[in-house]
Amino acid sequence: MLEIANLEVVYNEVILVLRGLSIEVPDGHIVALLGANGAGKTTTTRAITGLLDMHDGKVTKGSVTFDGHRIDDDDPSAIVRSGITQVMEGRRVFAELTVDENLITGGITNTDRKALAVAHDRVMTMFPVLAERRKSTAGYLSGGEQQMLAIGRALMADPKLLILDEPSLGLAPKLVAQIRDTIVEINTAGTSVLLIEQNARMALSIANYGYVLETGKVVMDGEAEKLLKDEDIQEFYLGLHGDEGERKSFRDVKHYKRRKRWLS
Amino acid sequence: MIGVLAQASTTDFDIFVQTFFKATALGSLYSLLALGFVLVYKSTQTLNFAQGAMALVGAWFLSLVFIDWDFPARWLPGPNWLHWIIALLVAAAMAAVMGMAIEKYTIRPMIGQPLFSMAMITLALEVILRTISFDAVNLTTRSLGVPWGTRIFMLGGARVAWSYIAATAMALLAFVAIWRFFKTRMGIAMRATSFDQEAAMAQGINVSRVFSIAWASGASLAAFAGVFASMSPWPSGGTANRDGAFFVFRALPAVVLGGLDSVVGALVGGMIIGFSEIYAGQYLANYTGVLGVGYQQVIPYLVMLVGLLVRPYGLYGTVEVRRV
Repeated sequence: MLEIANLEVVYNEVILVLRGLSIEVPDGHIVALLGANGAGKTTTTRAITGLLDMHDGKVTKGSVTFDGHRIDDDDPSAIVRSGITQVMEGRRVFAELTVDENLITGGITNTDRKALAVAHDRVMTMFPVLAERRKSTAGYLSGGEQQMLAIGRALMADPKLLILDEPSLGLAPKLVAQIRDTIVEINTAGTSVLLIEQNARMALSIANYGYVLETGKVVMDGEAEKLLKDEDIQEFYLGLHGDEGERKSFRDVKHYKRRKRWLS
Repeated sequence: MIGVLAQASTTDFDIFVQTFFKATALGSLYSLLALGFVLVYKSTQTLNFAQGAMALVGAWFLSLVFIDWDFPARWLPGPNWLHWIIALLVAAAMAAVMGMAIEKYTIRPMIGQPLFSMAMITLALEVILRTISFDAVNLTTRSLGVPWGTRIFMLGGARVAWSYIAATAMALLAFVAIWRFFKTRMGIAMRATSFDQEAAMAQGINVSRVFSIAWASGASLAAFAGVFASMSPWPSGGTANRDGAFFVFRALPAVVLGGLDSVVGALVGGMIIGFSEIYAGQYLANYTGVLGVGYQQVIPYLVMLVGLLVRPYGLYGTVEVRRV
């Protein structure tokens, strides 16, 4: 179980990006993290996976705990070994390496050859497209295939918790559906999932629980079904509008008003 | 030049063959140095100007191990050549440790700083290492105890030094080894790191270890190059001495010509520079009046200049040298 408590993250020692964020990912659950650009979703993943250093970011308050151990001071390699892997935003496959070599990098912390072979087989059955193109250079794969490769790479370490940062970004609806099914499949096999998405409909359709982030704070959280029915979520994330049928713009609603309603 | 000393029966073709072997050998040495340079650049984005000085230190290490310490002949029976090879490996290992130390204490603290500052640091390292090794070597020369010494063999009418064959074989071996290494788990981790450092860290790759290994292998490749460049009949002639610095800066044209980030480029660039230098030295000797003495040392830079005019990123360099 992953617990983030009162997390505060500062970039360059001045820019406060997360201000007291608290979320939980219980074992075996899919938890969705929603929010607009700049809300702090990617910073949250960086804080969990130890990549803040690279961006001059620092945890100044609060803690990240995984299975009872504090991990906010660990280096990325130790965090992967403790069972958390991620699919980074924008896929970030190693374009110059082949599909198989990309998968090897995903399993680099895993020294057990048998476990690696099992993980590799699993990825190959999950994504038959990759099995056909094992020796091809990853950079020549299509966007959807690269996303599959990125997910497959993250599965090679046999994670207990998988973090996906915007896996549906820039993909055709059909592929989004396929990625969604894959996430469910991974979760059913026993891996908890933290799903970061702007595509709220997709995320909430498979999640157990959801959090809405705004300017570094959780402004709303609840069961996924409840969130799906929520008026504000429908308006701002699902593009559905109120009873009058007139189109409402996000901009027309005053910021403080939204905050107030979510907090109430 | 051996060809000049050769007997009257040496034909033009023999001279061509002799020159060919010499050029291959020099090309191999440049390739070795360039390979180390490329390895370091690819993984740490650092231009290592100290590569040539590391070569010098490597040759000094061998002299220290093999001659001064009499290692391993002291306790291991067996033929001289075997001792020499073991000593060479020990010297390369010492160079590797030196490379790792340099990376840890001078390069790692600078990660994220501008390329220029890193380059200045390696330039300073170059001066420091060269001075230290000159002091250690002192004014005298130090023997490397090369098993084949100055021996040559005849190929038809051509006289070929064993050192040339050894240097070529060494470079081939190094390239095959690096090629194979890149297919191993650690090698793949290294390539991944050079492509996208953050994504590599996200996979759990230990990036500092990758840097360490890159510098270690860069330094031992330099050591090999330094040893084989200090043999007869190269100017320093089987000893580690100040003349060993003769090619310290000459590997740079090879690297730049081949492309900063390409292993194949290191091989091709090294060979092109080696061949043009040796062949120019052999066949333009009648024009010293016009070209001046020592003109062949300028040839590498001329070739590099022309190469860069045609292909600004080097022959095999990635066009987008720094990816974001």
